[in-house]
Amino acid sequence: MLLIYCPYCQVERAEVEFRCGGEAHIARPSDPEKTTDEDWVEFLYMRANTKGVIAERWRHIHGCGRFFNALRDTVSDNFLTFYKTGEPMPTLETLPQEAGK
Amino acid sequence: MKRYSFLELAKNAFSAHQNWGRQWRSPEPKAEYDVVIVGAGGHGLATAYYLASEHGIRNVAVIEKGWLGGGNTGRNTTIVRSNYLWEESAALYNHAIGLWQNLSQELNYNVMYSARGVLMLAHTVHDVQSAQRHIHANRLAGVQNEWLTPEQAKDYCPPLNIEKNIRYPVMGAALQRVGGTARHDAVAWGYARGADALGVDIIQNCAVTGIRRNQNGSIEGVETAKGYIKAKKVGVVAAGHTSVVMDMAGVRLPLESFPLQALVSEPVKPAFPCVVMSNTIHAYISQSDKGELVIGAGTDQFVSYSQAGGIHITNHTIDAICELFPQFRRMRMLRNWGGIVDTTPDRSPILSKTPVPGLFVNCGWGTGGFKATPGSGHVFAHTIAKDEPHPINAPFTIDRFRTGRLIDEAAAAAVAH
Ligand SMILES: Cc1cc2nc3c(=O)[nH]c(=O)nc-3n(C[C@H](O)[C@H](O)[C@H](O)COP(=O)(O)OP(=O)(O)OC[C@H]3O[C@@H](n4cnc5c(N)ncnc54)[C@H](O)[C@@H]3O)c2cc1C
Ligand SMILES: [Zn+2]
Repeated sequence: MLLIYCPYCQVERAEVEFRCGGEAHIARPSDPEKTTDEDWVEFLYMRANTKGVIAERWRHIHGCGRFFNALRDTVSDNFLTFYKTGEPMPTLETLPQEAGK
Repeated sequence: MKRYSFLELAKNAFSAHQNWGRQWRSPEPKAEYDVVIVGAGGHGLATAYYLASEHGIRNVAVIEKGWLGGGNTGRNTTIVRSNYLWEESAALYNHAIGLWQNLSQELNYNVMYSARGVLMLAHTVHDVQSAQRHIHANRLAGVQNEWLTPEQAKDYCPPLNIEKNIRYPVMGAALQRVGGTARHDAVAWGYARGADALGVDIIQNCAVTGIRRNQNGSIEGVETAKGYIKAKKVGVVAAGHTSVVMDMAGVRLPLESFPLQALVSEPVKPAFPCVVMSNTIHAYISQSDKGELVIGAGTDQFVSYSQAGGIHITNHTIDAICELFPQFRRMRMLRNWGGIVDTTPDRSPILSKTPVPGLFVNCGWGTGGFKATPGSGHVFAHTIAKDEPHPINAPFTIDRFRTGRLIDEAAAAAVAH
């Protein structure tokens, strides 16, 4: 079971308190009228499904109820960092060396 | 190929079974193939077998990064059934059921297909309605499936607890008698031996690391751990790693990969006559011919390539098993493992051409593709050989996510299959 840090509650809790929301930073097309079928497919269905470090959404469903983001390595399942919704995705260079180890 | 028979068995008994010989070669890759299949799971090997046996395309290599059958094929709980909701799926899975019937004879290899029946339990009013909807839809599609009352279900599977005082009492069950199990390894080995005998090169311990395309964007070949191999056509059948392999050709897919777990108990005498599935409380159980209870659990909720999975997922399944079959509370579990399953948004597979000429993909089988192995290989071989889909897999394109013609078994099955 994963150990997850909620950046709003500022606590570490067991995975069962959270719900995974899938790949992060996928923006809904801002002008639906002008959005092509191909762009809808990208938004709705296509996923990077990366083997390695990904950004994903989590929701503290049995806590504060809020969405936040995390960087996680999908091979080791170790988290590198957690950040609030609306904050930019951290780049790997800005993280401490030992993150995710 | 040396055919297996009673006579061979007797003959080899005289030499204490020391001289059976290898079931397939371990060739070095040639410089060029007509077709390269990436991934030697059941689906990839079946594809190669049918390319050679049905379409006369024998200059084929199956390239595998580990050992053949070591992916989800060798990790699954081997449930075989075809009572899916939509006509498209019923046709695809029933095509496989047809091929299972005679597969041991065709391959001259005992795949131990055992039509012991698959019982799918209903625990809520919603379950009952959904099961009956499936049964009606299946009847119209010519697929076997029938309704049992709790008492009839217990007759069919005596260990089943049908008391009303449990958390999820059994309100009835759907039974597909032609469903059952097969020996997963034997399916991979049988197809490997059959394909090899027809000239297919199976190259193990050789990861595909790149896909080369020419100026027009068409397939030219694959980079591998054993060097560059030219190929006129490439079929990717890499299950949980499909996104990773297809990314080498710049193709994005609607896939997410999750760990799915299973476990087996210590072996005991025959105690469990059929397969029982409960989608609502996430439990799948049967007994192997070795005597182990084979139990399937659910997936983790997040994308992962860890091939492990959370222990709480397994615990949840064990809870359900012990409530439905109290006699198993004292069983000891022997092994637990995970496989990485590639799921699509509509929980139906993709067997399709791709935007890249010469590149084909067979993926998205998620938690339930073992049952389809023969049918999948059969129609995918047709797709590669003819450059167009077989009528049975024609609906299973990547393009369905653009046109909106989804084959939505996710809503239909509630969870895994
Ligand atoms: C725990 C569990 C239980 C399941 N239970 C059932 C069940 O009861 N009934 C059912 O019908 N289905 C079940 N399934 C699903 C079923 O196992 C799969 O759908 C099916 O086996 C997929 O077969 P495959 O040949 O496509 O994949 P695999 O057998 O996984 O083969 C894919 C192969 O591709 C190889 N590969 C990947 N990347 C590369 C690369 N870069 N280069 C070379 N090779 C590569 C892998 O090593 C692997 O051997 C279960 C799965 C799991 C994990
Ligand atoms: Zn919180």
